[in-house]
Amino acid sequence: MSTVTEKPTQQLEEATVRFCGDSGDGMQLAGTQFTNTSALAGNDVATFPDFPAEIRAPRGTKAGVSGFQIHFSSHDIYTPGDTVDALVAMNPAALITNLGDLRDGGILICNESAFDKKGLAQAGYATSPLEDGSLEKKFKLHKVDMTKLTRTAVDGLGLSQKEADRCRNFFAMGLVFWLYDRSLDPTMRFIEDKFGKKPEVAEANRRALTAGYNYGETVEAINTQYHVGKAELPPGTYRNIMGNTALAWGLVAAAHLSGRRLFLGAYPITPASDILHELAKHKHFDVLTFQAEDEIAAVTATIGASFAGEMAVTASSGPGIALKGEALGLAVMTELPMIVINVQRGGPSTGLPTKTEQADLFQAMYGRNGECPMPVIAAASPADCFDVAQEAWRIAVEHMLPVFLLTDGYIANGSEPWRLPEVASLKPTKVKYAEPLANGDGSNGETFLPYERNERLSRPWARPGTPTLMHRVGGLEKQDITGNVSYDPANHQHMIETRAKKVELIADNIPPQKVDGPESGDLLVVSWGGPYGACATAVHAAQAAGKAVAHCHLRYLNPFPKNLEQVLRSYKRVLVAELNCGQLRSILRDKFLLDAAGLNKVQGKPFQVGEILERINTELAS
Amino acid sequence: MSVESLPVLKPNDFASDQDVRWCPGCGDYAILAQMKKVLPDLGVPRENIVFISGIGCSSRFPYYMNTYGMHSIHGRAPAVATGLKTVRPDLQVWVITGDGDGLSIGGNHLMHAIRRNMDLNIILFNNRIYGLTKGQYSPTSLLGAKTKSTPMGAIDNPLNPLSIVIGAEGTFVARTIDTNLKHMGAVLKRAAEHSGTSFVEVYQNCNVFNDGAWDYAKDRDTKEDTTLELEHGKPMIFGKNRDKGIRLNGMDPEVVQLGKGITEDDLLFHDERAPEPSLAYLLTRMRHQDGFPEPIGVFRAIESPRYDELINDQIEQAKASKGPGDLEKLFTSGDTWVVE
Repeated sequence: MSTVTEKPTQQLEEATVRFCGDSGDGMQLAGTQFTNTSALAGNDVATFPDFPAEIRAPRGTKAGVSGFQIHFSSHDIYTPGDTVDALVAMNPAALITNLGDLRDGGILICNESAFDKKGLAQAGYATSPLEDGSLEKKFKLHKVDMTKLTRTAVDGLGLSQKEADRCRNFFAMGLVFWLYDRSLDPTMRFIEDKFGKKPEVAEANRRALTAGYNYGETVEAINTQYHVGKAELPPGTYRNIMGNTALAWGLVAAAHLSGRRLFLGAYPITPASDILHELAKHKHFDVLTFQAEDEIAAVTATIGASFAGEMAVTASSGPGIALKGEALGLAVMTELPMIVINVQRGGPSTGLPTKTEQADLFQAMYGRNGECPMPVIAAASPADCFDVAQEAWRIAVEHMLPVFLLTDGYIANGSEPWRLPEVASLKPTKVKYAEPLANGDGSNGETFLPYERNERLSRPWARPGTPTLMHRVGGLEKQDITGNVSYDPANHQHMIETRAKKVELIADNIPPQKVDGPESGDLLVVSWGGPYGACATAVHAAQAAGKAVAHCHLRYLNPFPKNLEQVLRSYKRVLVAELNCGQLRSILRDKFLLDAAGLNKVQGKPFQVGEILERINTELAS
Repeated sequence: MSVESLPVLKPNDFASDQDVRWCPGCGDYAILAQMKKVLPDLGVPRENIVFISGIGCSSRFPYYMNTYGMHSIHGRAPAVATGLKTVRPDLQVWVITGDGDGLSIGGNHLMHAIRRNMDLNIILFNNRIYGLTKGQYSPTSLLGAKTKSTPMGAIDNPLNPLSIVIGAEGTFVARTIDTNLKHMGAVLKRAAEHSGTSFVEVYQNCNVFNDGAWDYAKDRDTKEDTTLELEHGKPMIFGKNRDKGIRLNGMDPEVVQLGKGITEDDLLFHDERAPEPSLAYLLTRMRHQDGFPEPIGVFRAIESPRYDELINDQIEQAKASKGPGDLEKLFTSGDTWVVE
């Protein structure tokens, strides 16, 4: 449903809305529904869910505040937005922790009934900010008694008060949907899908949603409706997609197109578990998900599945990857293809499980015993995860080695519109197993050589079940060609150099590095992973202001594209923006003996466009 | 395919071209020899057999077998085998481990592999010592064992491997001895034939670092009094003169002398197929140092659902209900919109 409002409508280019409340208040659901609805309305969208590690921190406390931010626009956008135009705060703790991001003059909707003595005390307010006039001075404040209004809306359905209060997020959604002229239809469909089996709950949610919408239309204090028009996206069919989902689908597509079974070995860990959950739904694609007893079993089972000849993947986050370190050495030694996914989170140790960071690049590059190089690639955005998953598989198979794929909590949980690819346009990775020997009994002296190498230095993939190719692999040093155990000093050096060379040769099999902007100039902003969107937006803004700035976003971190040094040297200065203390910058300096400045942040939060732009201007001015 | 058309393999066909490098006199040689002897009888082509091991002396085993194999990392062989068997249930998968590899660093994987009951054959070489690292005490070393790392004697209680296996819901639980070749061969064969995870503990002598650990059970003069050969459906009788038996006294087993009013019918009868594992567990608790004969043979052999079958059944069920995977359908599932 969508009604024509009698109130004035103001057209906006873009807007950013944040829902925040207690972690039990259903804010993630509200955010997701608003996102999907906006995407369906044709906006470009970018989202940033931000939630605590605790499932239910004590109710009403600052520790338990969960938020979901949506940036929607009628033009291309790459980030969830630096500041918020409209903030919905379900309680005082949510208000006090989120108010700083609301722009001056922004819309503030507060659930009035939660601002009682206890709620205020938990947030640390001495007096109610709703009553002292402080908020009205800066913002368009709307005090809405959502608890009471929701209870009234669902009255007569026989719900307990607790159940009735659970519908509050739908009331809040309905109100914001009215405010931004959004259709209720997609959420109505969602309610039917999700709660259809509990008709009274479904009905209650429908009523709460409608009551919120009608409240916006009716209440005089809310005097304007806003409208953000359709974005001009390339033609095609779109859907909204989260990074972890896109990654899982990319893996499914890669396996399907290769004609292989997909094995995922995983142990539950935030923020990677959704990959396991998503893949577990797609068994009809021959996807086998193994929830292992621990991270080490997850990766070693993955090695077993790869030895068996199937597409094998393990997915985790930093602490889990640390546990997998020894096994990854075995994967490198046995030269078997597989994908190792790290959805990075704040570290070290348990760190900040639900917050984003990029501080595991060194771990991916160097975090194993011995000389143990692995290729490393990283996804730039939620939708890019789909492509990167397939690319990781291509590299793994064509070069016969384990590949590190890095994403981060921001990409994993964030979402954006994704233009559905034509299935026919997806490139299958061809899997070629070693063929049985003609004279398998060895009567003509022919024996299988498991470490015989081709021009890429990759060895044959001989799957068990193939006659004449019986062979043994393992973690002890291998003699080249034969694969037998060897303690020979010269062979060890040769094998270490071979494994390194094998990774380097991937550079011949990846596209050259491109830049966004002039091919030379005053400043090159370098990024990898999640900061792509913020860097792209900031660089575009600087370019629009006439600055000679370009953006170089790296997908391939090991090896680097062959032309990267030349690209870097084409600018007077290089600025590397990353959510760590300068890991990529160190690698670039090490590799190219090149000076580079760093823009580094480790606060568990993504970059804001503003802080990158500010640094670009400082760099250019100095 | 007719039976005649299968090539008849001999033990030597299972020997790889690698020199065996265990210490002369090591019990591992006998296990290797028995394995090569048993495999031709099973009728499984060499290319369909995979040996997975961890780290330790026993874990060199795969290198000496002309089958597929992986010498993986310390303690992780059951997990490697799990991934392998999940995607390729058609393969016959053996896991070779030791008391340190399987029960110490890899204890977690062992427990979980057993409870999943995949069709794996796990052979644990128990020599009660760390051999490859030259003589530290292991999880099965006895209290007081003086080793390089316990000069004043070990002070942690040893684990009883088969008790752990039963605790982890093991469906095939057996024990044999490296010098009892015929017995070992029969047990390995039964382990291979069992559908589900088979676990075999082999008393194996490390003649360099823990020589004689199992002498009581191997010595010609004492073995009949110190071991009890389990036979399904038979009373538990042992001793040089076959005149001793195991009787249940309340919840506890006791050694009794036959005669003087005690007959075979008073003894415990072995039932390897008992659904309840309590009696099998009780048998695993009978230790030489407590005055009991130590049972050898099959403690327990029951049928139970297998993870490798169930996970693949779910794939088939999903395909039957949703149809085979279709990327187009996947991409367009849920809400989509068209930009013209």
